[in-house]
Amino acid sequence: MNNYSFGIYLLVSAVVTYLIRMLPMVLVKKQITNRFVLSFLHYVPYAVLSVMTIPAIFYSTSYGLSAFIGFAVAMVFACFEKSLVKVAAFSCAAVLVTELILAKV
Amino acid sequence: MTENAVKFKKGISDGLPICFGYFAVAFAFGIFAVESGMSVVQSLLISMTNVTSAGQLAAVPVIAGGGTLIELAVAQFVINLRYSLMSLSLSQKIDKKFNMLDRLVISFVNTDEVFAVSSSQKGSLCKAYMYGLIITPYFGWSAGTVIGAVAGNILPQVVISSLGLAIYGMFIAIIVPETKKSRPVALCVLLAVALSCAFRYIPVLNSVSQGFVIIICSVVASAVFAVVAPIDTKNKEGETNE
Repeated sequence: MNNYSFGIYLLVSAVVTYLIRMLPMVLVKKQITNRFVLSFLHYVPYAVLSVMTIPAIFYSTSYGLSAFIGFAVAMVFACFEKSLVKVAAFSCAAVLVTELILAKV
Repeated sequence: MTENAVKFKKGISDGLPICFGYFAVAFAFGIFAVESGMSVVQSLLISMTNVTSAGQLAAVPVIAGGGTLIELAVAQFVINLRYSLMSLSLSQKIDKKFNMLDRLVISFVNTDEVFAVSSSQKGSLCKAYMYGLIITPYFGWSAGTVIGAVAGNILPQVVISSLGLAIYGMFIAIIVPETKKSRPVALCVLLAVALSCAFRYIPVLNSVSQGFVIIICSVVASAVFAVVAPIDTKNKEGETNE
């Protein structure tokens, strides 16, 4: 990727993201009251994160099996409401251990 | 110590846990970006100008795959739309001393976690506190990206492979607790996952590019549940906290 086209991508991505954050802060003084819009915005983060996670997580490591075990560990720790860092750390550790075992077998 | 210095220090100390968390996520992002074909400097520039984990994770495949600018812009718009509500909420909470420049700066680093911490403070927010709060997370986000991007070239493959899962582990940590509390959110997540899998595995559908898949699936799932299970609008403050 050359620097020119990367620069254009970077600009578009950064400007769109910034405008979303900046415009309401600078322009809007009243609170949103439309129930549909509020509800939509309530669900969006979870829907977006889910779509990005599944099925992509199963292809994020070297082996399907290690990814599945990492996923399972993440689900268990998340169910117990561990912090973001802990969930990520333990699921990565599970992948590491699985792959080290797979490499030996 | 002046009152401003005390508030600034309070902001710094509230921001530090966010900083450490960001360092870890950004580390994973740096590895992901380099694995996708970005250079170390490009990865850093993305983090320093976007400051959004989910948005950046979606942007990299579009950029690396030579996707269209429209696709990139729409993906960022949909994924980051939630920040407009957070900025809106924050705009009601900051005190009258914030001028235009302050608003321009603060909104740049208004992330999920910064919003969550600042909106949980009692009373209105002063400038000194907000600047203290955002400064270390921004540093952690940038530094983590660089170190992840560089280490991605040095670490053994088995370690890189493991860390590739980190960012998704974090997303799961955000999603799952909320699905336990709210049945509609749980069902919305299931619908989003089903749609996402359909776009991955069903012929024809799987030719749609990743940027649009994220948009289509999340907008459909969110809109469906906004209609069938609208939230209690009297209790809207902090609803989008993660």
